[in-house]
Amino acid sequence: MDDNNIIKISVTDRDGKQHLLEAPTDMNLNLMEIIKAHELPVEGTCGGMALCASCHCYVESDHELKAASDDEEDMLDQAFYVEDNSRLSCQIKLNNELDGLSIQLAPV
Amino acid sequence: MTKTDIIIIGAGPCGLFTVFEAGLLKLKCHLIDALPQVGGQLSEIYPKKPIYDIPGYPSILAGELVSNLMEQIAPFNPDFTLGERAESITQDEAGIFTLTSNKGTQISAPVVVIAGGLGSFEPRKPPLEGISNYEDKGVDYMVRDPEKYRGKKILIAGGGDSALDWTIELADIAERITMIHRRTSFRGALDSVEKVTALAKANKIDLITEAQAIGIQGSDTLESITIKTKEQEYALAVDYFIPLFGLTPKLGPIADWGLGIERSAVKVDTLDYSTSTKGIYAIGDINTYPGKLKLILCGFHEATLMVQSAFKLIYPDQKLSFKYTTVTGIAGLE
Repeated sequence: MDDNNIIKISVTDRDGKQHLLEAPTDMNLNLMEIIKAHELPVEGTCGGMALCASCHCYVESDHELKAASDDEEDMLDQAFYVEDNSRLSCQIKLNNELDGLSIQLAPV
Repeated sequence: MTKTDIIIIGAGPCGLFTVFEAGLLKLKCHLIDALPQVGGQLSEIYPKKPIYDIPGYPSILAGELVSNLMEQIAPFNPDFTLGERAESITQDEAGIFTLTSNKGTQISAPVVVIAGGLGSFEPRKPPLEGISNYEDKGVDYMVRDPEKYRGKKILIAGGGDSALDWTIELADIAERITMIHRRTSFRGALDSVEKVTALAKANKIDLITEAQAIGIQGSDTLESITIKTKEQEYALAVDYFIPLFGLTPKLGPIADWGLGIERSAVKVDTLDYSTSTKGIYAIGDINTYPGKLKLILCGFHEATLMVQSAFKLIYPDQKLSFKYTTVTGIAGLE
């Protein structure tokens, strides 16, 4: 694996504990998948189709993210504790620009 | 009470395919599911999404896969109890299980298979402190009888079709409907969105967008809901609060059945996908074992091995001769 394609992501869990994850950007992964791979408590019930809102998170760093699609917004309508910085982590594709991304898991 | 050979809890793809594999061994099945339709997540969450990892199908819509499974198991005439949740299970001295649904339906069989996916689908409940105290005392998660709301003040929350449809339907019945929604745009059918907007313009309903319910108050029954908009927070006096945020799966009563549960999944032996209770098996998304993958195709495999074990349990003295359907088809087996 090429070290140039590894980024660091900070995930704060629901107990306020911070986890630093290393994520490859050349494997077509989304944020939900890498959080799950580290056995952090995200369900990802629908498998990443923006259909369940169980991977709801808050983006805390000021990274420029691709705007949420209509599907993602529609699903956030059915979630709770939704804030302006709410996203479904399954809809955030990992790429090198996201190095240093910091997110917090939303309550369930 | 209905008697069968195998009770299958959950009519998703794994539960449905179990009927086929059991049918090849001449075992009769009875499926029970909390949803009113078969297919589980495939029907409820993503009927129009293509699935790419079903062997032999480069791509198949989830809804189509469910229809095909129904066609495949039709020759074996399974029984269905739909719209009822498996609530409790007992076992008699002869080892026969009796399953009771939340509506009191009873089914008995020597074998129970839990193919419950992520649990039974239940309404998403807003996380308002104390909301459970007002369930059936002013808080309804679904509309059963519109007449109940005649002449009452109603708050409907949500932005999907059910929130829009009930707002339209109840607008003439209720004294006043207030509808709140997180955003200014709605995900429901365009026609319904236009109707709701027109009702609001004609001052027939109050439509409050970019708003959420954040608190609930009342002494014994519901009295008011605190609403937070971009500008303010205030209490709205209502007789009924109807939050419509879709359905989500919850493990539910199965968690209390004394089976080994690990992270909301039932632990099984990969030899035959049996649980810690002899005669109860768990397959598909609901089970867990080292190396578990939550894939439909893995669930099909689990169902196939599981019914061989179930057969031996039901008929300990009979020799099981495995037949390939490619040799004989399923003729004579159904």
